[in-house]
Amino acid sequence: MINLVWLVPFLPLLGFLVNGLGRRSLSKSLVGIVGSGAVLASFVISLLIFWEVKTPGFSAQVVHLFNFISVGSLQIPFAFQVDQLSALFLLIITGVGSLIHIYSTSYMHDESNESFARYFAYLNLFVFSMLILVLGANYVMMFIGWEGVGLCSYLLIGFWFKNIDYTNAAKKAFVMNRIGDLGFLIAIFFIITQFGTVTYPEVFSKAAALGMNNGVICIIALLLFVGATGKSAQIPLYTWLPDAMAGPTPVSALIHAATMVTAGIYMIARSNILYTLAPHVQTVIAIIGLATALFAASIALKQNDIKKVLAYSTVSQLGYMFLALGVGAYGAAVFHVMTHAFFKALLFLGSGSVIHAMGGEQDIRKMGGLKKFMPTTNWTFLVGCLAIAGIPGFSGFFSKDEILASAFAHNPVLYVLGLAGALMTAFYMFRLYYITFAGKFRGTHEQEHHLHESPAAITIPLVILAILSIVGGYVGLPEVFGKNLLAEYLAPVFAPSVPFAVAHHLSHGTEWLLMGISSALVIVFILLARQRFANYEDNGKESTGVAKVLENKWYVDEIYDAIIVKPLYELSRFFRDTIEKSGIDRLVNGIGRGVQWGGQKIRLVQSGQVGFYIFAMVIGMIVLFVIGFLL
Amino acid sequence: MGSIQQIIFMVLSVVALASALGVVLSKNPVTSVLCLIITFFAIAGHYIMMNAQFLAVVHIIVYAGAIMVLFLYVLMLMNLNAELEPQKRNWLKYAGAISGGALLVVLVAALRDASMPALSPEANEIGLIHNLGLALFKQYVVPFEVSSILFLSAMIGAVVIGRKD
Amino acid sequence: MPVQYYIFLSIALFCIGVMGVLMRRNAIIIFMCIELMLNAVNLLMVAFSKMWADAGRVDASSAQLFVFFIMVVAAAEVAIGLAIITMVYRNTRSVDINILNRLKN
Repeated sequence: MINLVWLVPFLPLLGFLVNGLGRRSLSKSLVGIVGSGAVLASFVISLLIFWEVKTPGFSAQVVHLFNFISVGSLQIPFAFQVDQLSALFLLIITGVGSLIHIYSTSYMHDESNESFARYFAYLNLFVFSMLILVLGANYVMMFIGWEGVGLCSYLLIGFWFKNIDYTNAAKKAFVMNRIGDLGFLIAIFFIITQFGTVTYPEVFSKAAALGMNNGVICIIALLLFVGATGKSAQIPLYTWLPDAMAGPTPVSALIHAATMVTAGIYMIARSNILYTLAPHVQTVIAIIGLATALFAASIALKQNDIKKVLAYSTVSQLGYMFLALGVGAYGAAVFHVMTHAFFKALLFLGSGSVIHAMGGEQDIRKMGGLKKFMPTTNWTFLVGCLAIAGIPGFSGFFSKDEILASAFAHNPVLYVLGLAGALMTAFYMFRLYYITFAGKFRGTHEQEHHLHESPAAITIPLVILAILSIVGGYVGLPEVFGKNLLAEYLAPVFAPSVPFAVAHHLSHGTEWLLMGISSALVIVFILLARQRFANYEDNGKESTGVAKVLENKWYVDEIYDAIIVKPLYELSRFFRDTIEKSGIDRLVNGIGRGVQWGGQKIRLVQSGQVGFYIFAMVIGMIVLFVIGFLL
Repeated sequence: MGSIQQIIFMVLSVVALASALGVVLSKNPVTSVLCLIITFFAIAGHYIMMNAQFLAVVHIIVYAGAIMVLFLYVLMLMNLNAELEPQKRNWLKYAGAISGGALLVVLVAALRDASMPALSPEANEIGLIHNLGLALFKQYVVPFEVSSILFLSAMIGAVVIGRKD
Repeated sequence: MPVQYYIFLSIALFCIGVMGVLMRRNAIIIFMCIELMLNAVNLLMVAFSKMWADAGRVDASSAQLFVFFIMVVAAAEVAIGLAIITMVYRNTRSVDINILNRLKN
């Protein structure tokens, strides 16, 4: 089965080609079947592969397809690496991906035939790129996928390209990603010059031979992390992700919550040995991750756009994953990627269902009381909220708890701050839930009239994801409850790091205590949110003070605008008006004018008098003789 | 012997140079042609002096006999025997004379110190028709054929250019 | 008799030819001066032929054969050149080269 792994990315590529090329002729139902079917088939193959991989003692296998780049001693094959980590990501991508494809067949049904097919083509291309990213057996392959998902993200954010704001959001996402990509690219160049190869096992073994705190490894790790901050929306490059909500909601669910933004986590988990060898870089990652988690959570507290809240929540959760990576808990980070994929996809799809029912309205102040109109959406959304808030028994609890426990073992300060973020998460999620679903309806009568539960193609993925959000956590039970299946499963991937890592062990008592504290506090904050927002009334007051700062996202966009964009514009204007006009233009025109003037003068020599030409020739001969014989 | 040869060389050289100057300086084109013919005869004398008898004969036949007659013929045909050049722009003449003289001075100065063997007064057979014929039809047969093609094309070219149309 | 004598003689003839080309404006005279220059070179060739023959070189006759070829080319050139001059004269009623300044445009 593993030899057939090329089918996994190939099928979505096929779907992309069929839908992309046939977008004018295929009917909507056919497009939907092709698009969803391709990803669903990939999912089935991924499941079979996963079955094979999860047998104990399985070691990573490389499926070599063809030689891609071969320059001197540098060989970069086009090969797929199947191991525990990539198999797990395959499952997440194709599993969540196929649910979202199915969901999209209904959600995007109002689009015209052509843009419907275009949408599915992009989505399939995205899945293809993402699969290349996680399957690639070397950094260059990963980079191909990395750029591919960036492109698809751009295309899908700007899917409704007639709206200039959406196009700008797409451009912003692309440019922000490019900044990170540059770091990644330089890291690849560094790897090539230092190690002479980009294939993972070779790079890792050569890196391990260099030992701890080697400067080269630190630089590579840091540059890779710069790439990760771009793709996974960390400080300082996170601002594109909230704007990326301009895309269709299923896209936000798939790309900007479940899969693409976790590429950075995948990359670092894949390169875990490099980071274990560079503890200082790990510290940087932990700090940036935690800062992002808190910062984004604080912004989410005061947002009123349903998708913006979820977007900042995504940024915040990604921060948690980086915190886990930073404290060396790679397994916990991957675990959180998985659970987050389930519940965040669920929440986004739920919000999509709400937006669909509200006829495109995204402002939660104009919603309310949707509980009785949309029962399925309501309970699945509630499950998602419970999961992300970390209520015991739901998946988010286990993964977040593992991260927080690792952070505590590393440094209790990290734990306290992380817990604060978790409490904020619980608060803003339930604020969102109560404002949207509880209380009474605040929209127009027309909207109220149209409120309805979404069709089956939308609710079935919601239900499946809700179930996954509940049970998905039980693969990674903390030690006090039993076996951590996921950690065991992933152990071979992180095995190379073990000899270098500093082992932390918490006693069971401490673990119980930590869980108890966080669970209790989370429940308190949920109740607080319920008390404040269960009967929310939009009083239309302007918020002041800290609330206003939060509502305006700490003015980060404005600050970036002032310190980067504006000076850049000014510089460009200076170059355009001064350097270009009076410098380069004058120089170029001057050369032209000089040549013209010289031509006018020298032209007179060409008198057309043959006698003069011969005369000049003889003079030249005399000069040559003088130089040649007499000097 | 040597002295006689030197005397002949001097006489021939003086004749050649004087008539060459006559070519350049005479006002009448026909005089120029006649001077040139005298120059060619003097050069032919030099050839004989250097045992290139066959070459000397060919030289007289081709140059004096054919080419110069052609020149004369064209001159007569165009009725150019009178002096037609208007004598303005004298500076061009002086410039020409000076630069030609400068070239002479430079070349002589360059070759003044070159050491060369003296030519022996003995005769050799290198210039006899037998030797030349052997070399021409053995070693140089291809250039010979090529030059005949050149001649042919020159003939056709002359006819084409000179055609009245 | 040193070869230099011949060298200087042919240089002198050559330079007279150059002077003629520079000084005269009659195309036919210029043509004749060119012939003069060619003959100066021919003379030099024959002198060198003699020199090498004295030195015992068997292939010294090559120089004389080159003189033949130069004569061939000169004859061809004269045929074409005089044809061109005739045409020019027919069109402009003059053989003054200063009239032939069409290259200017």
